[in-house]
Amino acid sequence: MSSTHIRPLPSLDELDTGPFWAATSGHELRYQRCIECVQVVFYPRKHCTNCGSSMLEWHVSAGEGVIYSFTVIRRNGHPYFSSIVPYVVALVDMDEGFRMMTNIVQTAPENVRIGQRVRVFWEDYDTVSLPMFVQLDAVDNSTNSESAEGSIGMKEAMA
Amino acid sequence: MTVHKDAAIVGIYEYPYRVIDGKSPWEIKAECARLALEDAGLGWQDVDALYDAAENGMGAGFTAAEYFGLHPKVMDTTAVGGSSFEFHAAHARRAIREGKANVALLTYGSTSRSQSNAIGTGGRVSERISNPVNNMENPWGLVLVGNYAMAARRHMYQYGTTPEQLADIAVTTRYHATRNPDAVRGLADLGIHRTGELSVDDVLASKMVADPLHVLDCCLISDGGGAVVIAGSGVVPSTRRCPAWIAGTGEAIGYRENGSDLTVTAATVSGTQAFREASIRPDDIDVAMIYDSFTITVLMTLEDLGFCKKGEGGAYVANGYLRYDNLGGPALNTDGGGLSSNHPGMRGIFLLIEAVRQIRGESTSQVDNPAYCLAHGNGGWLTSRHASGTVILAR
Repeated sequence: MSSTHIRPLPSLDELDTGPFWAATSGHELRYQRCIECVQVVFYPRKHCTNCGSSMLEWHVSAGEGVIYSFTVIRRNGHPYFSSIVPYVVALVDMDEGFRMMTNIVQTAPENVRIGQRVRVFWEDYDTVSLPMFVQLDAVDNSTNSESAEGSIGMKEAMA
Repeated sequence: MTVHKDAAIVGIYEYPYRVIDGKSPWEIKAECARLALEDAGLGWQDVDALYDAAENGMGAGFTAAEYFGLHPKVMDTTAVGGSSFEFHAAHARRAIREGKANVALLTYGSTSRSQSNAIGTGGRVSERISNPVNNMENPWGLVLVGNYAMAARRHMYQYGTTPEQLADIAVTTRYHATRNPDAVRGLADLGIHRTGELSVDDVLASKMVADPLHVLDCCLISDGGGAVVIAGSGVVPSTRRCPAWIAGTGEAIGYRENGSDLTVTAATVSGTQAFREASIRPDDIDVAMIYDSFTITVLMTLEDLGFCKKGEGGAYVANGYLRYDNLGGPALNTDGGGLSSNHPGMRGIFLLIEAVRQIRGESTSQVDNPAYCLAHGNGGWLTSRHASGTVILAR
């Protein structure tokens, strides 16, 4: 496997988001909240996106949320990602109120649904760990068709 | 309804080929500029405002002026992807209205196809991670089409939209493309085996790229170029063609936020501005040139512009409602669109060009005497960070 067959990893030196990634090696999923207006800020920044304050504090997420949307990537020109297709990219709404991009792993792509509860699952590398997610709910195969997905998903969303 | 007559599109040119050998993007831009000025009956040195989308790199302001040999008093390099040209048209009208310029030139040239840029699924990851967004998102392997796929998936979930309804958009634009000789030749030149009409089943049977979007839900990747000349009311009488007056414009930016609705784009804001300025409603639009990077882009944009209610786009586009020869709805992308005519990376200039053809009565899928044509560009990545530019043209 050539050196290009490696997942692109985040940099710890990027000034806004470096502290987020630095905490991942200890399996902490961090997010920010504004001390002045309590706005949740994510992706991490140096200022509050609601009021402009620079008084942000870090919190640690409990690591659970709900799949807001997802897609199954079947084609990618990048050497690493082309070696792992098909894979699931998702947006997860965390219980603390932030939305993050991630991969849903340890399940077949056809079992992934909007509205499923998921929990962080750390994939460890040398200097960082990547917060991937796994399903908390048992997969009910009866929800496989598009129409069933729509109706059942809506109930979950409203619950 | 009185049409604002401050500035009009008076010259257009679209480069006719989709595969361009042996020409640089700059040469294509200059050639299109010359022919658009000729179309208008204006000269090279009449241009006093220059607009560039920086599609060929940084420093576009001075690079473009120097390459063309122009000395613009107004230079604008607003670069918001495919919607740049709708922003440029809006800015040009403002500059002209303020008396800063009389003749504005917009150009575009790209050899994306010949350079083999896999725009939708290229998986390019910047080696030098330079910003917080890349640093958060690069590890997950999201390709451009994946953004649109996540929006489509969410739209299906919230509103019951079906893959068949999305496919109908591709079927309608292909129907229009089959009537456009440049598009038909282009499909053949691009190596597309079937250049005739498509059925919904054809779209659904095409390969899945990023669920729920198939290959035929995605735009082409072509070479191409074009130019647009905008003139003030003082200059218009000395031009050759029927002017397409800029009756209203709107601009907005959208991006993913915690808790935001992925099925809504910034077109809600840009559309409201444009319709208010033109003092008309979506019902008054005869031709809707809607950026069609993917079928879902069209469906969500039509809803956001108010052609139908949010969530009802699937039923609205079904059964060929937006075909030019269907009298009910506005005609959609009558040149064949990015889905079936051309998409060199930033398609916004072709939306303006085809809208002007309709105003002039020169489209290959011509609507009877259109009073208002709308061009809406979506730049960037739908539902992620994106730009919406709406321009309403009137006779």
